Amino acid sequence: MAGNTTEKWQGGLLGWIDARFPLSSMWYDHLARYYAPKNFNFWYYFGSLALMVLVMQIFTGIWLTMNYKPDAELAFNSVEYIMRDVNWGWLIRYMHSTGASMFFIVVYLHMFRGLIYGSFKKPRELIWIFGMIIYVCLMAEAFMGYLLPWGQMSYWGAQVIISLFGAIPGIGDSLALWIRGDFVIADATLNRFFAFHVIAVPIVLLALVVLHILALHEVGSNNPDGVEIKKNKNEKGIPLDGIPFHPYYTVKDIVGVVVFLIIFSIIVFFMPEMGGWFLERDNFIPADPLKTPEHIVPLWYFTPFYAILRAVPDKFLGVVAMGGAIFALFLLPWLDRSPVKSIRYRGGIYKLAIAVFVISFIALGYLGTQPATPIMTWFARLFSVLYFGFFVSLLIIPKFEKTRPVPDRVTS
Amino acid sequence: MKKYLVIVLLALTPAWVLAAGVPGVILDKANIDPTNKQSLQRGARIFVNYCLSCHSASLMRYERMGTDLGIDEKLVSENLMFTGGKVGELMTVATAADDAKQWFGTVPPDLSVIARARGVDWIYTYMRSFYRDDSRHTGTNNLVFPDVGMPNVLWELQGIQAPVITTVKDQADGTEHKVVKLELVEPGLQTPKEFDRTVRDLVNFLDYMGEPAKYERRHLGTKVLIFLLVLLVLAVLLKREYWKDIH
Repeated sequence: MAGNTTEKWQGGLLGWIDARFPLSSMWYDHLARYYAPKNFNFWYYFGSLALMVLVMQIFTGIWLTMNYKPDAELAFNSVEYIMRDVNWGWLIRYMHSTGASMFFIVVYLHMFRGLIYGSFKKPRELIWIFGMIIYVCLMAEAFMGYLLPWGQMSYWGAQVIISLFGAIPGIGDSLALWIRGDFVIADATLNRFFAFHVIAVPIVLLALVVLHILALHEVGSNNPDGVEIKKNKNEKGIPLDGIPFHPYYTVKDIVGVVVFLIIFSIIVFFMPEMGGWFLERDNFIPADPLKTPEHIVPLWYFTPFYAILRAVPDKFLGVVAMGGAIFALFLLPWLDRSPVKSIRYRGGIYKLAIAVFVISFIALGYLGTQPATPIMTWFARLFSVLYFGFFVSLLIIPKFEKTRPVPDRVTS
Repeated sequence: MKKYLVIVLLALTPAWVLAAGVPGVILDKANIDPTNKQSLQRGARIFVNYCLSCHSASLMRYERMGTDLGIDEKLVSENLMFTGGKVGELMTVATAADDAKQWFGTVPPDLSVIARARGVDWIYTYMRSFYRDDSRHTGTNNLVFPDVGMPNVLWELQGIQAPVITTVKDQADGTEHKVVKLELVEPGLQTPKEFDRTVRDLVNFLDYMGEPAKYERRHLGTKVLIFLLVLLVLAVLLKREYWKDIH
């Protein structure tokens, strides 16, 4: 059907544009003639959802900046001004605060999909690397954004995290001072975090998302069977198991978007604090440099790494372990050398390793929210070992793992 | 509601049981009803009479309060505004911060979002947990917030409470706990039951003030969800129509 319409589109405005800009070819390359495997399942909704949440965060963010004041004296009250006196301000603000947490939920599920179906493996290593850089940028974006409401948890959370840089031998203290721009978190810190949060990091994020998608469309999408659909093409060069992304996956993703929006709306309209998980109680107290809250807890999406940090007795080594926990994910394409991509055809030992990894990650996330009592710390140590153990096990498992034969074509 | 508050001191309660405040304090449920306009109006009256002379609510406008609570603008400016000024103004406080610091040892916090910071149950329990303590400069102390700078401003309504300490043996592990109960030693203008309602009204108002858009938010949310559910049906039908010829 697409073949005939190209002829028709030669003249007119589109023809004029196409002679000067590759509009039609971009449309075909990335949507109407981008052939995606026809067997995408539940896990394949989260890529498009992540993109939608990013756009939503950018738009709500733009409108928030219209009334937000990045000033230590005014910031807290300006957020409440948005909540009270700005028309629809409460909605925009809750969409943004809920969007931040939902972004991480969506991204974690998206990453998990890549993990279980081997989407990081050759030839998709760069897609994974770009995705990991997006994830790290997202953490920076969320961390700096969380300072802006200038509540107690904003302030002390930032204080704790930036002080981690102080653990680096030699340059640590000067580095932490340089990042803060003051001896404590102060107006200078708020201003620079604002600049990074609204301009610098979003630009980098958008550029990385473009790279992520370009790399994906170069090699083609993986699928739940881990089969390369480009190996079986018809006489026109179209993959036999591929269907055009548009309209098939656009209409399918609309269903995913609506389901997501239903969950999102339930949170925004009926439980915007999410029981203290999305908006912490202490953040309704204005930042006070002289009063340290009893428990300083980062927001839930950082707590797995926070738990690893606290599990290590030495502060510097803790920081190294925390960084290592994130860096290990970058190495995934080179750690797991099994030729079988999808978990569907991998051995039981691999499935067990994945299960242990997921349980460890969630357990660490929980432990990171709790006070570091001795027993909790021992649990955190256990799960930290299991977390890193997963990456080590990937080196060994393929050597004796009994995989099942991978089919030639996708199954439905 | 109980006449007294029970706290278990020296108990080995894990810290995570308590979101805020002193370890071992069991908070009473406030059971507020945000849809009860009369309760909110009574709460507003208590708030401006007893709280607003020391505490500000500098993010809240009198006018907004009147509109949301169904109080006539004239009534607001005549009965609820003691500082004069225009009805569109914020609920600021006349007490100078320096004076307040000298009187109470600390500047009384702004109460605009206090219900979101502390939680309604905490405030409900706190306001009913003052007791006589002659060692304090205010003559009162508080079980939920020990050595708080604030006096019991509602003493006239509540009366005066005194602590009764008993030792209880835990049946399970044989450890001894000190339990502090508060008992009314001098009755106030209200009965304990009436006073609980008064505090509940006040907490209800503080909860409203913490997020004036809450009612609007829930109201709009229902409509949004109905729209999305209809959209979901259409989206599923559209998807099925397109995907008929796949496989």
